[in-house]
Amino acid sequence: MTSPIAREAGRAAPLEVALPRPGARRRLGGGMLENERALAAVLLAPAVVLLGLFIAYPFVMGVWLSLSSTSVGNPGRFVGLTNFVKAWNDSIFRTAFGNTFVYTFWATIFKLVLGMWLALLLNRHFRGKRLVRASMLLPFIVPTVLSTFAWRWMFDPTFSVLNWLLYQTGFIVTKVPFLSDGTYALWCAIVVNTWRGMPFFAITLLAGLQTINPDLHEAASLDGANGWRRFWHVTWPLLKPVTLVVVVFSVIQTFSDFQLIYVLTGGGPANSTHLLATYAYQVGVATGLLGEGAAISLFMLPVLFFVVWLQLRYLRRLEGA
Amino acid sequence: MSTGDVNRRHFLKSTGAAAAVASTGIEGILAARRAPAWAQGTKLHIVRWVDFIPEADKVLKEKLAPEAGKALGAEIQVETINANDVQPRITAAIQSGAGADIFFLMYNWPQLYQKALVDVSDVATAVAKEQAGFYGVFEPSFRVGGKWLGMPHSIVGNAISYRKSWFKEVGFSEFPKTWDELRKATAALKKKGKPYGQTLGHTFGDAPTWAYPLMWSFGGAETDKSGKKVVINSKDTVESVRYMQALWKEGCDEGGLAWDDTNNNRAFHAGDICATLNGASIYIVAKRQKDKLKDERGEPLFQDIDHALYPLAGGKGQYPLYFSNGHGVMQYSKNQKLAKDFLRWLHKKENFEPWFQACEGYSVAATTDWEKHPMWSKIDKPLQLFRTAARETRIFGYAGPSTGKATEAFSKYIVVDMYAKAVQGMKAEDAVKWAETELKKIYEA
Repeated sequence: MTSPIAREAGRAAPLEVALPRPGARRRLGGGMLENERALAAVLLAPAVVLLGLFIAYPFVMGVWLSLSSTSVGNPGRFVGLTNFVKAWNDSIFRTAFGNTFVYTFWATIFKLVLGMWLALLLNRHFRGKRLVRASMLLPFIVPTVLSTFAWRWMFDPTFSVLNWLLYQTGFIVTKVPFLSDGTYALWCAIVVNTWRGMPFFAITLLAGLQTINPDLHEAASLDGANGWRRFWHVTWPLLKPVTLVVVVFSVIQTFSDFQLIYVLTGGGPANSTHLLATYAYQVGVATGLLGEGAAISLFMLPVLFFVVWLQLRYLRRLEGA
Repeated sequence: MSTGDVNRRHFLKSTGAAAAVASTGIEGILAARRAPAWAQGTKLHIVRWVDFIPEADKVLKEKLAPEAGKALGAEIQVETINANDVQPRITAAIQSGAGADIFFLMYNWPQLYQKALVDVSDVATAVAKEQAGFYGVFEPSFRVGGKWLGMPHSIVGNAISYRKSWFKEVGFSEFPKTWDELRKATAALKKKGKPYGQTLGHTFGDAPTWAYPLMWSFGGAETDKSGKKVVINSKDTVESVRYMQALWKEGCDEGGLAWDDTNNNRAFHAGDICATLNGASIYIVAKRQKDKLKDERGEPLFQDIDHALYPLAGGKGQYPLYFSNGHGVMQYSKNQKLAKDFLRWLHKKENFEPWFQACEGYSVAATTDWEKHPMWSKIDKPLQLFRTAARETRIFGYAGPSTGKATEAFSKYIVVDMYAKAVQGMKAEDAVKWAETELKKIYEA
């Protein structure tokens, strides 16, 4: 069977055109590649398996552990919410719980403000722009443990290079207790987290900024808007969706942060810089009380769930409007 | 002292003679003059801490492991990790049912991991019989229900390393003998910019070995004899906390709250602190690196270092906590017999000796016989007090038995944190009350 076009062209010379024929479908793998549903299932399967194995299974195990009295070497038995109650009455847990909120809140604010500022700066044209944009990512790319060790060295209680610098330049007369005072130590952790996470904000917001039509800025400045008003009335509204996404990701990562605190302070001094993740580790893995450790870590779930839900709801409203 | 070659020849000769006596284990293996039939490529994996005397680890990995491998016909793999990471490693291994065959066990961990350890009584009783018995601390800590669940290996004693010349400058020709004298001396030295260095951080060695003896020596205790009633909230404990607050402010480097077990070594070697509680490693390392570690006059630092016993007098007694340790064979291991054979081999006098000598007093053996070793008469005077140090140590859980609950309290650093909170500004009574609440959750749960 030939098409009209082929017939026309074929007047000059017969044209061999390969057209799909009804029988061909079955020869291509039993119709799987043509059947969208089956194909979708096949393509999703690896991701589902990975998620199931490395996310769902440990999560379910964690929930089961939290409801049992399991400790290292002892299978334990079902104890209901005992571990959760015990955690709630634990003064160290309450400190860790509070620390996690303080740490997440301030680190996110700093990262957002500084990241936005950096993004706005990098959105301009200047010589070496590409180099600066690439090197700016370094704090985020360098493995956390490595960079945190370097920071720990800089904050060292005895040999701190920062103390030395401040002392030599006359700003201080006695050592600043960077890591030996609970409050200082938590703020040091916030500083390190900000340093580390700022590039993530900057690069994502920069991407968002680049989608904003420069004509809008031009129009605004023609109407007499200064830099700040241009930002607040043009840039910020258009950047809100991207900002929300990056803030959600950052909050999740920061709230469940482990590496930074573990390497920087180990949760000390005297448990004053513990976050939920590090305290769960100390109780569950170091001390071997797996049930209690699992319960402590599960306290993160409702908070994160709520944060994600809130922000996604807001996003949906934004997009709807 | 002869080296490995003579040891091996001597060893083989003596076991050749012992072959006449029907025996199993090592003697039988060597008598048969061929390695036992382990599967090709059998590996015995041992996880230990990174020793504070690097030469001891070197002897273990480069000399003893290969020799044992040859003797036992398997590959012995010794892995050393940061001491504070051993406990999480053990937890992970037990829960997953796979990991090292032998783990380094500290203090009274056999109590905590009793369900996952293999009974090594045959190895332990044989070694104890041959070497005049274990030190007293191992009975409550490594023996569970009459069975030895850990093979005692050594005890790391501690003492206060101090700078002789600096203490002389403030009127102390000998190290302060009482708690009050220590306060006076360190206050004077802190004014000169040379404070006492002590960690109150979450680290397994220097912090508990300071905190528990401080409490015990003032008359305080975690529990009563039954181990079921928490008695820490007493006048004695509060007094010890008040003392610590005063000492901290007047005489200590206040950065110590963030120190781990290496900071005081480094600070001492850098000439930042006048004294600190530690094992013998400060002196030994200063001596072995005498070209690098010099004092402010350009002289080798080790010549100005001496040791004093801790805890001090002036309280209700003097009860130290030394770091006793050993090895445990894990129940999930597929090489349990090989593991036990290795431990038997390791504790033979000829094999243990090079390791013992490399430690130079930093670690002493678990058995009392080694107090008689000729090394003690030859080592430097500042190290000689470590010879008998292991005799007096208590273990945590006092005054009750040293059970898994005592380990839990130790792992949570409750006693250490009691002092840490107090020096950070909490009232002494409140800090003790906090510790009581936390201990009750463990002992009286």
